[in-house]
Amino acid sequence: MSISHAPPSSAETDIPLKSNFENPPAVDVVPLLPTSSRRTRVPRWLRRTTGPVLLLILWQLLSSTGLLTADVLASPGRIAQVAGDLIADGSLPSAMGTSLQRVAGGLALGTVVGTGLALVSGLFRIGEDLVDAPVQMLRTVPFVGLIPLFIIWFGIGEAPKVAIITLGVTFPLYLNVYAGIRGVDSQLIEAGESLGLSRWGLVRHVVLPGALPGALTGLRYSLGIAWLALVFAEQVNADSGIGFLMVQARDFLRTDVIVVCLIVYAFLGLLADFIVRSLERLLLQWRPTFTGR
Amino acid sequence: MATDVHRPVNPKADQTAQATQAVRANGTVQAAQAVHVEGLTRSFDGRAVIDRLQLDVRPGEFVALLGRSGCGKSTLLRILAGLDRDIEGTVLVPRRKAVAFQAPRLMPWKKVWRNVLLGLPGKPGRAVAEQALKEVGLEHRTDAWPKTLSGGEAQRASLARALVREPDLLLLDEPFGALDALTRIKAQRLVGELWQRRGCAVLLVTHDVEEAVLLADRVLVMDDGVIAHEQRIDIDRPRDITDPRFAELRAGLLERLGVDTAAEAA
Repeated sequence: MSISHAPPSSAETDIPLKSNFENPPAVDVVPLLPTSSRRTRVPRWLRRTTGPVLLLILWQLLSSTGLLTADVLASPGRIAQVAGDLIADGSLPSAMGTSLQRVAGGLALGTVVGTGLALVSGLFRIGEDLVDAPVQMLRTVPFVGLIPLFIIWFGIGEAPKVAIITLGVTFPLYLNVYAGIRGVDSQLIEAGESLGLSRWGLVRHVVLPGALPGALTGLRYSLGIAWLALVFAEQVNADSGIGFLMVQARDFLRTDVIVVCLIVYAFLGLLADFIVRSLERLLLQWRPTFTGR
Repeated sequence: MATDVHRPVNPKADQTAQATQAVRANGTVQAAQAVHVEGLTRSFDGRAVIDRLQLDVRPGEFVALLGRSGCGKSTLLRILAGLDRDIEGTVLVPRRKAVAFQAPRLMPWKKVWRNVLLGLPGKPGRAVAEQALKEVGLEHRTDAWPKTLSGGEAQRASLARALVREPDLLLLDEPFGALDALTRIKAQRLVGELWQRRGCAVLLVTHDVEEAVLLADRVLVMDDGVIAHEQRIDIDRPRDITDPRFAELRAGLLERLGVDTAAEAA
């Protein structure tokens, strides 16, 4: 066996000692910069916005060179101008108001119906037997296909539009709230029982809070579907609202107005998502897994 | 001795029998036993997990229930907790009872102090919860969310939630099973102290023989759906696990449970 590293005591004698404290030798020192100080050239947000901006510039270039005609797609500049005009003459705000009202109405009704049905079938066995099967059957019907029937039933006013949104909102909420209620940890329910909670106390303190994450997921789906339903409802038969604005623009080949309306839809969708996120942050702060800051 | 201070009632064996009669005669009130179980049977799919079981626990007595897994000891605890009513036979338990489970089972959506007060009659204030949390050394976590607690802290919160009910019977279902070794020693010590201070009857279900001998006045071994063996532990408290009597009792109980301890005993 050989020892590659000799004990330091024997080697020390050969190396001349350099411990000259009065006159230390000069050492070549290099500053080690923190990584953050070296990467400050372009901020991240700027880099992230570069892509979309380049796309916009390309779009504008294609439009101004005539490669992309206004019949196919209006130029970004034109769209911005039209948006300004539509806001100025009040037609866009009023259309937005009408559409928002429809979504709010449908959403409110759908939330009440969906959550109500889910509570009935989630909390009571008899409710489950009575409610769950029909709801699961109805769920498979594409709700957009019911528009003609709704027009026959409710006419062409606001009712069929709100009804179609209600229908679209009801099912995802029902499914998620129901699954949330049934997914509550049975150990927690047992613990609640052992603490002397009444049936209503169990529902209030254990079942409903436990179902809340599922309910909020359902609400998110529902909001997405609410906008989808709105687009369908407004394009079939409407004399006001964003969808109506789009149908009108289609008849006059106004791609600029159509794009403005699409942007409004996207913006409203983002707004809805923001609201749900805020709700989650407020109601689910007990979850350490929640990372949507 | 410290062992006896907590006991408000300490009936002798013959008095116990009479008192049990009295309970049966007049129904519910003023029982001389904290727990009285007679001819209890609980079957799952025709198989009797608990088969005509007898059990009496005196007020203020600390009883440990040992047994192999699947012997029905947790089922018995659930029955005494009132969580399983699918039973035959007589079961008398105090109106005020509390359970601490193996998992702390705190409601994750309620802060610790609200968990402690959950299910209490009336509208007790936060101070009540704070007092109970202080007793288990958790006053600094009053406002925490349960999911931010460590395992030992959560178990102590669960204990505070049980104790705030001022139970006459405290049911503990392997409450230290999921804790690490050091935390478990502290938690066992805490339970011992709390029991001596509160003077409530305790039924501790466990599979840890050492824990049973350390804490209990009486150790029961459950087998085949009945109490197959009973062992009084007369060692003075605080108990020392290095005491030869301790080792002897432990070896005897392990043998009862079917674990050969010849090598250890030698």
